[in-house]
Amino acid sequence: MSHSCELELRSVRFSFEPGGWALQIPELVLGGEGLCGIVGPNGSGKSTLLGLAAGLLTPLEGGVRLNGLSLARQSRKHIARHLGYLPQECPALFDYTVGQVAAMGRHAYGGALEPTAPDDIAAVARALAAVQMEAFRVRRLSQLSGGERRRAWLASALAQEPALLLLDEPTQALDVHHAAAVMEVLARKAAEGLRVVVVLHDLNLAALYCERLILLQDGQVTADGLPHDILSENRLVSAYGQHLEVIAHPKTHQPVILAKK
Amino acid sequence: MIKNRKIWLLLGIFGACLVILPWIGAEKLDLRAVLGFLGGESSPDSQIFFQMRLPRVWLGLLAGGSLAMAGAALQVMFRNPLAEPWTLGMAGGASVGAFVARVCPALWLSLGPLNTSQALALLGAAGALALVLAVARRQGGTGGATILLAGVTVGVMCGGAIMVAAGVVSPDKLAGFHRWLLGGLDAADWGAVGTLAVISVPGGVMLAALTREYNPLGLGEAMAAGQGVNVAHVRRWTAIGAGLACAGVAAVAGPIGFVGLLAPHAVRRWAGPDMRIVMPGSFLVGGALLALCDAAGRWAAAPLEIPVGALTALLGGPLFLWLLMRKR
Repeated sequence: MSHSCELELRSVRFSFEPGGWALQIPELVLGGEGLCGIVGPNGSGKSTLLGLAAGLLTPLEGGVRLNGLSLARQSRKHIARHLGYLPQECPALFDYTVGQVAAMGRHAYGGALEPTAPDDIAAVARALAAVQMEAFRVRRLSQLSGGERRRAWLASALAQEPALLLLDEPTQALDVHHAAAVMEVLARKAAEGLRVVVVLHDLNLAALYCERLILLQDGQVTADGLPHDILSENRLVSAYGQHLEVIAHPKTHQPVILAKK
Repeated sequence: MIKNRKIWLLLGIFGACLVILPWIGAEKLDLRAVLGFLGGESSPDSQIFFQMRLPRVWLGLLAGGSLAMAGAALQVMFRNPLAEPWTLGMAGGASVGAFVARVCPALWLSLGPLNTSQALALLGAAGALALVLAVARRQGGTGGATILLAGVTVGVMCGGAIMVAAGVVSPDKLAGFHRWLLGGLDAADWGAVGTLAVISVPGGVMLAALTREYNPLGLGEAMAAGQGVNVAHVRRWTAIGAGLACAGVAAVAGPIGFVGLLAPHAVRRWAGPDMRIVMPGSFLVGGALLALCDAAGRWAAAPLEIPVGALTALLGGPLFLWLLMRKR
């Protein structure tokens, strides 16, 4: 997990239908920071950008390179050993146990639902420990709360042990404490050397945890830098509209984004 | 370890079917007379055993196994626990193709065990699946009831098309037609077994080769892609493999339903959702199930026969309805 991983998008253009909304990324390099957040209003293209970066969507123009090699020319298995991707939802077809969900992350290494190779077993154990779900290994998905389910999916992505992990709104629809628990896991893994890129709709979580923020607006990157600089009231008002204000946290002096009447 | 033991048990049941079932039927066979054949003495009993019963049991085992594996794979691929060749309309489409080849001598070509009936069956299965998918994609995706509604409807339409076609061909071409229409193994001979061996079995092997890729798909296509599954590749080869499996069966036995539903569900309930168990387990259970149903159909109303498709429908239909009601 210590090996570095650089993901480079160059002259990328993508659109779901000809003539419709389009995402344009002249140049963007991911993987340099521990925790990098992608923020922006609904429909600005956050998930689309992440899908392109993961190679799930194919750009109409331009290309995505992973450590200098075009994603389109690498097998999914090879990509998966370097680059992890966790979508917004992982709807389960069968009622798997948490251990089985985590073990699915070992697919690229030949592991399966119930791995027998020592490497796979150890990676699954580390992943479950990272999300603090060791005690849930034999618990079924149907018995979990929303927050626990998201942590189980996260364990699956962590068991993959990529160098760079892309996550699409891992805190969506979670209560504050569950959302913070997920971000704490990511921050800890980032401190251990994992590079994380996470799409967030909660700007306060972004302010609290991210070292770098990318602000997307209508399919374009309009700002990219330190959270302090990105989360200025001027920028956010132009991206999100009038109904918000940014204040400094009374204790930490970090930006806090509030809705405004 | 436990899983291995379960597969051995299923293998034992499969093997027991192979050994015991040929002895069941309208004629009571004499063991010594049958075994005499191996010593070079032909007798009516040994003829019945080796030329009719044995190929018939093999046919049931291979056809049931192929359909069950196709069902297990299609359920994961379409994220729909009720998907299988019959409920997706593939069995119906394949039967139209096979029937057209049967009644149009002008279309008949054959090369060893291969002939136009399997080719047209494959074409029919592919056409039906394409139509069903087109409807489902427009209307809520493949995971819900739409695809089943479309599949069963296409199946009924195919049945209608066969009936219409049957109305315009001469009756002498329709020998055994009604039984075939429900799905029956009574046309069994070694040639039919050969057809399955060259069409359905390779289809099953394709599906078996994808076994490992199916597991991550249980958490959705996006997650599976992120974990290293080439989803487009899996989808393409699943459709081809299931199409071949079902085309071979339809060509020799007509549209047999619900085996692809019963077997995978039984295996998952008993041994869990790991596809490394579900795929081989479904083959063994599906094969044993179809061969057993066929033997029951031969035995229950002897000397008359109940078509095996009627029995699988009576067994599988209630399961289908129960699963349909239980679905979120």
